[in-house]
Amino acid sequence: MKAQVKDKLATGSFYFGAGLVVLLLFSLLVYIILHGYQAIDLDFLLSEPETLRAGGGIGPNIFNSFYLLFLSMALTAPLGILGGIYLAEYARQNSLTNLIRLSIEALTSLPSIVVGLFGLLVFVTMFGFGYSLVAGALALTVINLPLMVRVTEENLRTVPGELREASLSLGATKWQTICRVVLPSALPGLITGVIIAAGRVFGEAAALLFTAGMTTPHLDFTQLDLLHPTSPWNPFRPGETLAVHIWKINSEALIPDIRRVADGSAAVLVLIVLSFNLLARWLARRFSTRLAGK
Amino acid sequence: MPWLNRNFRRELKGYALTFTCALIAIMLTAAIITFLSWKGLSVFYVHKVSLTNIFSVDWWPDRPPEAGGPQVGILTFMFGSVVTSILAALVSAPFGVTVAVFMAEISPRLGQRVLQPVIELLAGIPSVVYGYIGLSILVPFIRNNLGGTGFSLLAGVLVLAVMILPTIASVSTDALRALPRSLKEAAFALGATRWQAIRMVLLPTARAGILMGVILGLARAFGEALAVQMVIGNKREIPHSILDPLITLTSGITMDMGNTVQGSLWNDTLWFMATILLVISFFFILVIRMLGRKGAVR
Repeated sequence: MKAQVKDKLATGSFYFGAGLVVLLLFSLLVYIILHGYQAIDLDFLLSEPETLRAGGGIGPNIFNSFYLLFLSMALTAPLGILGGIYLAEYARQNSLTNLIRLSIEALTSLPSIVVGLFGLLVFVTMFGFGYSLVAGALALTVINLPLMVRVTEENLRTVPGELREASLSLGATKWQTICRVVLPSALPGLITGVIIAAGRVFGEAAALLFTAGMTTPHLDFTQLDLLHPTSPWNPFRPGETLAVHIWKINSEALIPDIRRVADGSAAVLVLIVLSFNLLARWLARRFSTRLAGK
Repeated sequence: MPWLNRNFRRELKGYALTFTCALIAIMLTAAIITFLSWKGLSVFYVHKVSLTNIFSVDWWPDRPPEAGGPQVGILTFMFGSVVTSILAALVSAPFGVTVAVFMAEISPRLGQRVLQPVIELLAGIPSVVYGYIGLSILVPFIRNNLGGTGFSLLAGVLVLAVMILPTIASVSTDALRALPRSLKEAAFALGATRWQAIRMVLLPTARAGILMGVILGLARAFGEALAVQMVIGNKREIPHSILDPLITLTSGITMDMGNTVQGSLWNDTLWFMATILLVISFFFILVIRMLGRKGAVR
């Protein structure tokens, strides 16, 4: 009897512990969104941040975050997918492959501040990019590349071997098989992987402090000259992202309405990251029902 | 047959392209190690700092020699990093393992539908947001109810514990799910209750995998910069209680990297701290690899 009572008690405490974690996430989200709701309006989302006065917004920061994400994904996705193809389709069991895997593991576990410092040393100083979006995008690529390679490799490995064999037996070369058979059938997983990776770098800040910088010039959206310092699309201008902005106003800002701006920024950031996550889930489910023929 | 030729060329090109991209991982790792250690070790070969100076607790990087400076001891920073991350892992591990057991054994259905998304969302919240919540809820709460300024070891530990919970939970869940069903069935057949099976059979067998999750969490906590920097007060002293402020390697770098002159002793010491972070993160990989091998052999 005693063992049964203990079993019931244990089950109860597992439910309690799990419930506690769910409650934790729930209260975090409610706190962020409720506080943010009071701060967010259209003006806040569109106007520029202030350095001394109250009433600043986060318009350029939102733009910078998305533009930086685009720049870094434009690098990460092709490099990561090609690297993943090598590991899944070509790599043999040898010491070079082991070294590649070890490097990917090493890159995955690097603290993001260390990546930021590497970016400061190499991209900002040695390459002479200065604090710029391009330096930030490269730093984000260092963070995201290993993830992208791993996701690609895992997804390609789930493609059944019969598909490859069928394609090869029809006379296709290995590269043709990869491009026309393996990649298309792994595409849903790859897209989900890209979105998850995007959500992860969207909130990254430590790697960007000393690469993309902590300032944004006045952006003139009518300026079409790509290399003009006020052009929003100029990759060589500095750009403070939303995540960096949250850190900066809390640690060194002089504005009187820090709480309002920080609450609003945190809510916007979390909502965007959340929607990346939901989008990835929704796509994954949609693809899986389509592939099941429903 | 010219078409064969063309396809053969494409085949080679495809191979070369993917191979180059895979090699980038090695080149990046090598570049990071080379450049960071070259910059970090300049405290020794440019500034001729002695080992007893750098591995001490005295931190006066801007004092002139007449006043006993400059002293660039980084032990205070290292102590801060070690203490915050180990405590965070200790606080987080029980919760992480509870969640893992719940998902793998108690209610896989609820685990899949509710806890899995919850864990993924927790993992997705950016670290600055955790830092900001710590700053706006935890720090005032500690100040008003427990004393001190609120900026404290305790605040840092709690923020980190929440941040690493998803890592510990998901790796431990994988470890438990990978166990063969027959283990549990054998335990049940011998008359064990579910709790007895979990405690005496499943958890001990999955030990290596769970430990791997905790160490991955520990590594994440050790390398986290901004969330910690926002709540621990960044006072360059060894704390005497969990309510005292302290500083870590990462927060020390964050605080001063932008405000010190490139090439100065102070600045180069920060690069040395970054090198230490790099070495420690490689050390964690080594431990995890060893655990993985041990888990595979069993």
